[in-house]
Amino acid sequence: MRRSLITAVFVCVLSASAAAQSNQSFDRIERGRYLAVLSDCAACHTAPGGKPFAGGLVLQTPFGNLISPNITPDRETGIGSWTDAEFVAALHDGRGHDGKRLYPAMPYPAYTKLSDDDVSAMRAYFKTVAPVSNKVVSNQLPFPLNIRLAMVFWNWLNFTPGRYEPNSGKSAEWNRGAYIVEGPGHCGACHTPKTILGGDNTATPLAGATLQGWFAPNITTDAHKGIGGWSQDDLVQYLKTGTNTWTLASGPMAEAVSHSTSHMSDGDVAAIATYLRDSGVGGSESRPTPVVASDPAMTAGAAIYKDNCSACHKDSGEGEVHLFPRLAGSALVQSDDPTTLARVVLHGTRAVSTARMPTAPAMPAFDWRLNDQQVGAVLTYIRNSWGNAASSVPAETIASQRISLARAP
Amino acid sequence: MARKLPPKDVVIIGLGWTGSILAYELAKAGLDVVALERGPWRDTATDFPPAYAQDELRYAVRLDLFLRPAQDTLTFRNNGSQTALPIRNFSGFLPGNGVGGAGVHWNGQTWRFLPTDFKLRSHLEERYGKGALPADMTIQDWPVSYDELEPYYDRFEKLCGTSGKAGNIRGAKQAGGNPFEGWRSSEYPTPPLKQGLGATLFAEAARKTGHTPFPQPASNLSEAYTNPLGVKLGQCTYCGFCERFGCGNYAKSSPQTCVLPALMRLSNFEARTESEATKINLDSTGKRATGVTYVDTSGGEWEQPANIVLLCAFSFFNVQLMLLSGIGKPYDPQTGQGVVGRNYAYQTTSGVSIILKDKILNPFIATGAHGMIIDDYNGDNFDHSGLGFVGGGYMGAGQTGGRPIQTRPVPKGTPKWGAQWKKATAETYQKAFSLSTHGSSYSYKDCYLDLDPTYKDRFGRPLMRMTFDFHDNELKMSAYLTERLAEIAKAMDPAEMTASPRKGPYNSTIYQTTHNTGGTVMGADPADSVLNRYCQSWDVHNVFVPGGASVFPQNHGYNPTDTVGALAYWTADAIKDRYLKNPGPLG
Amino acid sequence: MTGVDKRVSPWLSRRLFLGSTAALIVSGTGAVRALSIGGALPWAPGTATPPTVVRPGPWMFFTADEASAIEAAVDRLIPPDDRGPGGKDSGCAVFIDRQLAGPYGHSEGLYTRPPFMPGAATQGYQMPDTPAARYRAGLKALADYVKATFGGKPFQDLAPADQDKVLGGLESGSIELKDVKSAAFFTLLLQNTQEGYFADPIYGGNRDMAGWKLVGFPGARYDYRDWVEHHNEKYPLPPVSIMGRSDWTVGEH
Repeated sequence: MRRSLITAVFVCVLSASAAAQSNQSFDRIERGRYLAVLSDCAACHTAPGGKPFAGGLVLQTPFGNLISPNITPDRETGIGSWTDAEFVAALHDGRGHDGKRLYPAMPYPAYTKLSDDDVSAMRAYFKTVAPVSNKVVSNQLPFPLNIRLAMVFWNWLNFTPGRYEPNSGKSAEWNRGAYIVEGPGHCGACHTPKTILGGDNTATPLAGATLQGWFAPNITTDAHKGIGGWSQDDLVQYLKTGTNTWTLASGPMAEAVSHSTSHMSDGDVAAIATYLRDSGVGGSESRPTPVVASDPAMTAGAAIYKDNCSACHKDSGEGEVHLFPRLAGSALVQSDDPTTLARVVLHGTRAVSTARMPTAPAMPAFDWRLNDQQVGAVLTYIRNSWGNAASSVPAETIASQRISLARAP
Repeated sequence: MARKLPPKDVVIIGLGWTGSILAYELAKAGLDVVALERGPWRDTATDFPPAYAQDELRYAVRLDLFLRPAQDTLTFRNNGSQTALPIRNFSGFLPGNGVGGAGVHWNGQTWRFLPTDFKLRSHLEERYGKGALPADMTIQDWPVSYDELEPYYDRFEKLCGTSGKAGNIRGAKQAGGNPFEGWRSSEYPTPPLKQGLGATLFAEAARKTGHTPFPQPASNLSEAYTNPLGVKLGQCTYCGFCERFGCGNYAKSSPQTCVLPALMRLSNFEARTESEATKINLDSTGKRATGVTYVDTSGGEWEQPANIVLLCAFSFFNVQLMLLSGIGKPYDPQTGQGVVGRNYAYQTTSGVSIILKDKILNPFIATGAHGMIIDDYNGDNFDHSGLGFVGGGYMGAGQTGGRPIQTRPVPKGTPKWGAQWKKATAETYQKAFSLSTHGSSYSYKDCYLDLDPTYKDRFGRPLMRMTFDFHDNELKMSAYLTERLAEIAKAMDPAEMTASPRKGPYNSTIYQTTHNTGGTVMGADPADSVLNRYCQSWDVHNVFVPGGASVFPQNHGYNPTDTVGALAYWTADAIKDRYLKNPGPLG
Repeated sequence: MTGVDKRVSPWLSRRLFLGSTAALIVSGTGAVRALSIGGALPWAPGTATPPTVVRPGPWMFFTADEASAIEAAVDRLIPPDDRGPGGKDSGCAVFIDRQLAGPYGHSEGLYTRPPFMPGAATQGYQMPDTPAARYRAGLKALADYVKATFGGKPFQDLAPADQDKVLGGLESGSIELKDVKSAAFFTLLLQNTQEGYFADPIYGGNRDMAGWKLVGFPGARYDYRDWVEHHNEKYPLPPVSIMGRSDWTVGEH
């Protein structure tokens, strides 16, 4: 789901040991394959243009770079020598081969919720993946983070091992959705705000977080900033096709849709939607007072919008379904954190392409045309027009985003 | 020495409209397809975003998206007694370049030919007698009929999402549409565009004078549309930057907006840009192609072996590659023997410019295929008895923009500079409008393409040589059409009006159209065609020219792209349904 | 070409075609420039090839004398009046200077192989001289002519009426310049002057969008959906250039 993951990191150190073989029925392997899709293993463990699951992708984290390891069954450079128990421990406990601790770029804080049976099916599947010899030196973190033992302390603060516990007061579908969101889907890895150490802020699950210069939006039931305004069908369409009447997925979510959610079964997508619409986590539902139309940033923003944006997003801000995201009423547009908005205006972005919605329209870059103050003004305008209300965006925010994009586009 | 690459099922030369359609159809059918494109990759948001796409100097004057003559050009002469000289800077017509080809910068005018156009010679001889046609006119019947092509026209228009109003659905006349058009199996995919004042005034005048105006069929979309490939297009915003420009907001149909998003998802398709095909290679028998040699921008030479070679370049360059590769017999204008290069034709256009009284026309609010049109004087829609010519064209108010470097009319007699010019320019811009005719160009014995004896391209290959001039038939036709248009213009009560029928000689420096047709003509008889009715080479059965305008036996009174697209689908079906089952001549 | 960045280099220097499996085909001796693209539509963030903004500053092509003559000429071709500035104040000379210093001036991309032979008018320009060379020669011949005819004065010091007389003589061909076809040179000068007056201001001319304001062209706009059916009504918004308009500036209204 992201090219590089958040907080810290994961690394399996690779060395030899005996591997056990178990019965490999087709159904079981197929189930394991599907769970690998749900868990989006390929997102991190397959490099662009590389062999499946052979690792080598650079994961940018706030603490330094990690390289995703090879998880093919190659004995020398992959996980071919791991025991089943070691595989289970990696997902459930964040401990790799020979007990070495993984960095939580590997989302074991979520995978710990996976049932034993599901993990075992995944193990069965990964044994059937074509082995690829690709030696990866994963850990490129600076001291002291390069000391894996440091993860003991991190885990003590941030990691609660344990399988998913069904909520008997909810439907089977709801529970299935909760299981996927909290477990294999590891949605919180991006969408839950992080503590200073990069652990999930458990007080505000799914309330949105910034990573890699993108803001992963609030997906709580908050009507203003979250997905409270989305219908069941809106959510299903978005996860299956990457687009719905509101928006189109791009950035890290494009990869999540492309590799994972668009390949999920209809039942699982519906279950996720059911859970998210009734997750019990909502926002404050507070609505800021909109910036007044006479504000200088608003009047300049209106002119900039008319001359730069209306040809696609229309004067009304309604955009065009499946082509140009709707700005009027958009929760992302009204997020507290304008990181994604600034990024998309400065550098542009391409929406996801899926089998059902192949178009993948792109937003052009405007960094050469608009200065920081102008980008701030047009964002302030779209965040406070057509009924929208959100804080104004100062030029300084754009300036710092411009600098960080120049470093890591 | 070319380095040999692993073989592919299909190699396509040129990734424009026909190349992308064939690539999608054949890759979808499971074939391993590679497309060679000599220009760069091009895409909406990165190459012509609505932030600098609207730059008249860069795109319309300096021709940023077009083929650079330094890369390839042709030589031109009006007749065999002249020495052909190179077109050093394109201006009379503008071949495309890069992914999307001319499909990037076309106007979007999406016309079908008339049913009688497809049996042109036999129809005219039957109606007017064998003696009615000039002896040196080499028009011929198409090897396909309108009825056969209709489903393919329909397919291409649905790919594009073309906006318009049908005039004839399965024989039932439709109010508001073109009463002369061939039958259509369905209404246009999207409704007509909105019209500006100039077109509205023309339509009123046309009705007043007994004609039947209708909105021009446009692949600049009146509303958002999802095509059968699942690709979504946006709504045209009437920005007035269509021809010579890429569309910045996904509203003009092009390979980029209609095909590439679906095509690029197919893992058995690969595009190679900056790769110029130099030759189609034949085996020792000369009856079968083994692949294509191409050169990259560093000068490296590569051989791409393939089972099928599709020639999808712009028309001249299809002819050039056939000649350089020794496929088909070159045309000899002295004897009339040979076929490759034969029947080059063009388009015979003219205009009536008008200045209205006290009007605000906002000419910059436009699209490439905007306007109201009449088709009363096209093809054989009117009786030619006693007129002294055959052929015709559509006419109407199709002004495509008011970009002021190139669109700046002034009244007659105004100086070209100075205070009076400035005053007249300021006072006329909003009141001036141009009407135009878009006429047929029939083929003649002495209008042809061959290899130039003197001038070479950057690889040392001979340039194409064009020998072309207007013939009396076309000039009379243009005079007649322009008079009819002037009658309608007069009914608009203009303050001033200038009718400019086409006059000879053909001038390669004055832009008329980029509808350069013929040279690899399709036909029923190898004696007068390069390709059979499936656009397959008569001589080398695994070489196809799937529908580029070079396959037209002559040019009719309409823009070519709809027919090009229809023939691309027609050829794709022939390859899939016939050729793959039994590779060999389909004739 | 208009001083637009060559597109290949920025693409190669970026994370090329992120998300697609684009690759350079590599030969035995090194990287080759053909790009193989497959798997997905290519995309790289921050990709744009806008024109380079022309900045005021020293002449890049003209000598000081040439520039003075050109500034005087463009101000007669498009004289200042109550409808707006003339060619000089609207930057037409700067526009021509920058064009001649760039790809246009050097006939970049055109077919410039010999042999060069005179042809019919229908065959187009057939001389080897680039626009830059034509201006250099044309301005020299013009200066010599004016000096000889008007008592040693340069063109820019002539009275406007005399300047008009000279320009008219070039246009008609009645003034013959040494080794230069006067009418063809005049046509080139007039064409470039009007290009400068009506091209986007990003290229140095059409300063303050004066040319667009003269005729009522709204410039680099892209959406007239709200006005297409407002027949016979003036479009209400002011022109905008590629680099914007004053209303885009926060707090300056």
